[in-house]
Amino acid sequence: MIDIQKILEERILVLDGAMGTMLQRHKFTEEDFRGERLKDWPVPIQGNNDVLSITQPEAIKEVHRLYFEAGADIVETNTFSGTTIAMADYQMEDLVYELNYQSAKIAKEVAIEFTSKEPHKPRFVAGSIGPTNRTASMSPDVNDPGYRAVTFDELRIAYKQQVEALLDGGADILLVETVFDTLNAKAALFAIEEVKDERNVEIPIMVSGTITDASGRTLSGQTAEAFLISVSHIPMLSVGFNCALGANQLTPHLEVLAKKANFGVSAHPNAGLPNAFGEYDETPEQMASQIKEYLDKGLVNIVGGCCGTTPDHIKAIADLAKDYKPRTTQVVA
Amino acid sequence: MSKEKERYMRLSGLEPLIITPESNFVNVGERTNVAGSRKFLRLVKEEKFDEALDIARHQVEGGAQVIDINMDDGLIDGKEAMVRFLNLIMAEPDIARIPIMIDSSKWEIIEAGLQVVQGKCVVNSISLKEGEEEFIKHAKAIKRYGAAVIIMAFDKVGQADNYDRRIEISKRSYDILVNQVKFPPEDIIFDLNIFPVATGMEEHRKNAIDFIEATKWVRENLPHCSVSGGVSNVSFSFRGNNPVREAMHSVFLYHAIKAGMNMGIVNPAMLEVYDDIPKDLLEHVEDVILDRRDDATERLLDFAETVVGTNKEKTADLSWREEPLQNRITRALVKGIDQYIVEDVEEARQNSDKPIEVIEGNLMAGMNVVGDLFGSGKMFLPQVVKSARVMKKAVAYLLPFIEEEKKKNPKTAQGNGSAGKVLMATVKGDVHDIGKNIVSVVLGCNNYEIVDLGVMVPAEKIIQTAIDEQVDIIGLSGLITPSLDEMVYLAKEMERKNFNIPLLIGGATTSKAHTAVKIDPQYKNAVVHVNDASRAVTVVGDLLNKRSNQKYVGDLKENYEKFREGFLKRTKQKEYLSIEEARKNKYKIDWSTSEIIKPNQLGIQVIEDFDLRKLEPYIDWTPFFRSWDLHGKYPDILTDKVVGEQATSLFNDAKELLKKVFDEKLLGAKAIYGLFKANTVNDDDIEIATENGSAKFRTLRQQLKKHAGKPNFALSDFVAPKESGIQDYVGCFCVTTGFGTKELAEAFEADHDDYNSIMIKALADRLAEAFAEYLHKKVRKEDWGYATEETLSNEELIKEVYKGIRPAPGYPACPDHLEKLTIWEVLGVKEKIGVELTESLAMWPAASVSGYYFGNKEARYFGLGKIKEDQVVDFAERKNIDFEYAKKWLNPNLIE
Repeated sequence: MIDIQKILEERILVLDGAMGTMLQRHKFTEEDFRGERLKDWPVPIQGNNDVLSITQPEAIKEVHRLYFEAGADIVETNTFSGTTIAMADYQMEDLVYELNYQSAKIAKEVAIEFTSKEPHKPRFVAGSIGPTNRTASMSPDVNDPGYRAVTFDELRIAYKQQVEALLDGGADILLVETVFDTLNAKAALFAIEEVKDERNVEIPIMVSGTITDASGRTLSGQTAEAFLISVSHIPMLSVGFNCALGANQLTPHLEVLAKKANFGVSAHPNAGLPNAFGEYDETPEQMASQIKEYLDKGLVNIVGGCCGTTPDHIKAIADLAKDYKPRTTQVVA
Repeated sequence: MSKEKERYMRLSGLEPLIITPESNFVNVGERTNVAGSRKFLRLVKEEKFDEALDIARHQVEGGAQVIDINMDDGLIDGKEAMVRFLNLIMAEPDIARIPIMIDSSKWEIIEAGLQVVQGKCVVNSISLKEGEEEFIKHAKAIKRYGAAVIIMAFDKVGQADNYDRRIEISKRSYDILVNQVKFPPEDIIFDLNIFPVATGMEEHRKNAIDFIEATKWVRENLPHCSVSGGVSNVSFSFRGNNPVREAMHSVFLYHAIKAGMNMGIVNPAMLEVYDDIPKDLLEHVEDVILDRRDDATERLLDFAETVVGTNKEKTADLSWREEPLQNRITRALVKGIDQYIVEDVEEARQNSDKPIEVIEGNLMAGMNVVGDLFGSGKMFLPQVVKSARVMKKAVAYLLPFIEEEKKKNPKTAQGNGSAGKVLMATVKGDVHDIGKNIVSVVLGCNNYEIVDLGVMVPAEKIIQTAIDEQVDIIGLSGLITPSLDEMVYLAKEMERKNFNIPLLIGGATTSKAHTAVKIDPQYKNAVVHVNDASRAVTVVGDLLNKRSNQKYVGDLKENYEKFREGFLKRTKQKEYLSIEEARKNKYKIDWSTSEIIKPNQLGIQVIEDFDLRKLEPYIDWTPFFRSWDLHGKYPDILTDKVVGEQATSLFNDAKELLKKVFDEKLLGAKAIYGLFKANTVNDDDIEIATENGSAKFRTLRQQLKKHAGKPNFALSDFVAPKESGIQDYVGCFCVTTGFGTKELAEAFEADHDDYNSIMIKALADRLAEAFAEYLHKKVRKEDWGYATEETLSNEELIKEVYKGIRPAPGYPACPDHLEKLTIWEVLGVKEKIGVELTESLAMWPAASVSGYYFGNKEARYFGLGKIKEDQVVDFAERKNIDFEYAKKWLNPNLIE
């Protein structure tokens, strides 16, 4: 396999943009989500985008294709909620392996298609590992602040299954993203280490947290640097932030990582903050001009987009990033 | 690719702790150790975890940079106690901000601890005591959990108790960790065993100095690691003589730190400042620690007799307790301190007329500060949740008093234990519920009863539960964009079901603008956007405050309306389609399947001398009160606190006059209506077959550029086009109840009775509307007969839940008044019932209503909005009228 770590030293890699935003354009109905395969599913599944990897694989592949065409080096699998924990609401625990496997497989197919066309620019698939919808560090019940809705072991087991399926499907990288509770991420990283050990393989890992409010902390209360320290025990390809904020608002937190991290630094912000109607209306040009600040300051090694970003955004970012050197983590001689 | 970063030990709680060579000695708090603190042991045994947390907090406030937690005791389930206590600490941001040291001799307790802490901890400790295999296994796991580790100088032979053994075990442990386990050397801390000196036993003489020298060796020979130890051990033999012990600790630390000990477990209260130690005591202590004299121990023992204990007392800073009451309450809420809240609340209660005022006044004032700090990023979520807990404690204390007040004075006191019932749900299609849970939690703390329906909740279920549970408020949450539409839908459903409780909107994609523009107009009661938990408490409190909520809701509605207007004004330049484009985006009914019913009775009918009594049940009274500047919904307005009395008196007068009108047949009611074969031609015109030929209704089409999937409506879209080959139908009508109004009004005026003069006009207007409603129903059920099964209450009629519409020229769907001329011509209104059109196309008598009937079930009311000049040109051509004339009439709708 091509050594992505080496490529990362040579140039800035571009990650893809939003999957959900692209899928919204299809206006898939409940029936579309179900397809033939799940037509008798007992609960509504509209909105469960991950399931589209099985029921609408062509739509997912098309999104990957558009992002590769736009210049992305890495696309994320459509598996943000692909754990038994996050899928419990849809009663889809038993489909989790298949969802992850298929998602990785179809992404990989598209990646191979592009790599064989453009061997000088190999394309990669990052298995997306979301935060689940539960927090291991916070109680949902105020009368019992010591209560936890999920345990480390429950998370670890769920993540392990996701990781195995993603790797079996062909993911090149694992991306633990949108981390709002660091303990959840630590369980995911623990699971990844277990799989690495059992299979005796090395897997590049990206970790991306999310800063949710004005206090500049994660939802579970950590500062950017505390977050970095809490995940640094695992060798990572990159550490970064995504979602919740636009590129501009993310800058100060990225600066912390750029200064302190011993790994590559990634950023995939939203296309600005959502407007009053929940739409992200930052144009590709506007977003690129903010990403330019990251590049001018040498803050990042991997850059892409989260909510609201489209292939146009990624193209604008890719066009810009190709002229820049990656952030250097080596002492200049 | 990575540069060799400085290898510093980096730990984290909510905040980082980085230990560099320049760092001061890292002080590990040790009072939360059942082996070290009898009080802590007792509290844990008695499960008094609140007080146990206070001990932890005092350690942090006292300057501990790491907090050691140990639950190793035979009478405690150590694993359970560790997990429970750590989970509780995680909910205390002022404690959780520093890193945790998980202290146990049992691996299962250590591992359980590592699984509940998000930050980077220190494990205390592992050693070679159980052999290499076990040591490696545990070290690997610790590495994987992401913690630093303390290595005890211990192996299978035993504890290292001299210089050589300390070095031997340290070196061996270090090599295994760094070379085999690949453990980061900067995350290794050696505990080189601090043993007591001055015990009287010869072999203990070198205990301190060996430790100090071994420390020096380790720091020089084992790169990047740290050295730690439990300091109080050294003075064990002087238990009971604190001044000597404190001096011993200081002296020991002074030398050990110089040698490289960079962290340790020290009780700050048991520490003298080195420079403050009296010279003679210092000399005696140093002799012992550094083993400088053979008789050092005896000399210190003798000297110790002469040292008089002067107990230093370290107390927390309680100066804030001297401040005024409100400051104290606010501080307790902001800092999440519940220790004094009951006494402060009691004081506030005694200063208040009613206990409830303490909640609404003092406590809410404090929570508002919390909300502001949170909003500006100066507090973060876990702290807010803590504030809410203090709030809950305060409310719980007040509740019995509120109950009592209620018994004494059932009318004015409020509350029934719960401050109100709040339904919370994440809307259909959305599974995000963290924010919702937080709000639920915080509201729960504030004594609201929460009915949490979870995620992906369909509107129907929300509505039904709200009814069944009789909730006082509904809170909706959603994170993804489509949830916004679901919220709008739910607001519409609440309106349709005639709900009258407030609706809260929250979640990441929601906004005040969306709430004001899209949701608020759908629903009569308050719709409030609340995006943070602390604010939710005040908002819900205001909404449910029975004394002032009506005004609050009124203010809110007004505020949102203003906001909406402002927002719509400054929103981006709207885009408009050409009339051709708009027509392409017409509303498309599937005519092949659409049900079209042929009227039972085609042609024109006239009703004369209609008995007005039949109209009484059809009267919509709400606009009647509005015409008197009394705002509120009938019948609630009759009991309204502010205007109720006046409304009731007005209503009685109206009823009286109405009876007179009925009894004496003072007003004349007539109607004319017709149903015709009809088809749409050329998109926007409706061609009808009249008795003597044909006529055309000209409709206007929306031109605002819509979001994909939203059509540009014209009324003609509701009638089958000619080319479909399907025969369709429309109707038109005019009703009046105005004959006689003018004369009656003049008679009242002549009598100087302006009141009844206005009254009769207002009543005539209501009767005309009621007549239109009555006639529409008759047409639906009989003449056209497409709704023979319909059974709707008057209220439902007023809310227009029936099938088919009756839009009136001059109103939003067809603002063009000119079309009245067509209706007049088609029906012969003036000739047959005598209603005339004025020069400005107003109807005379004024108490008249005219309009069209559309029977298709997909027909709906809409607002035309602004149109472009190209449609006016087209409209003038179609109608064969002068462009300027058409423009004059359509001007209000023309874009500037």
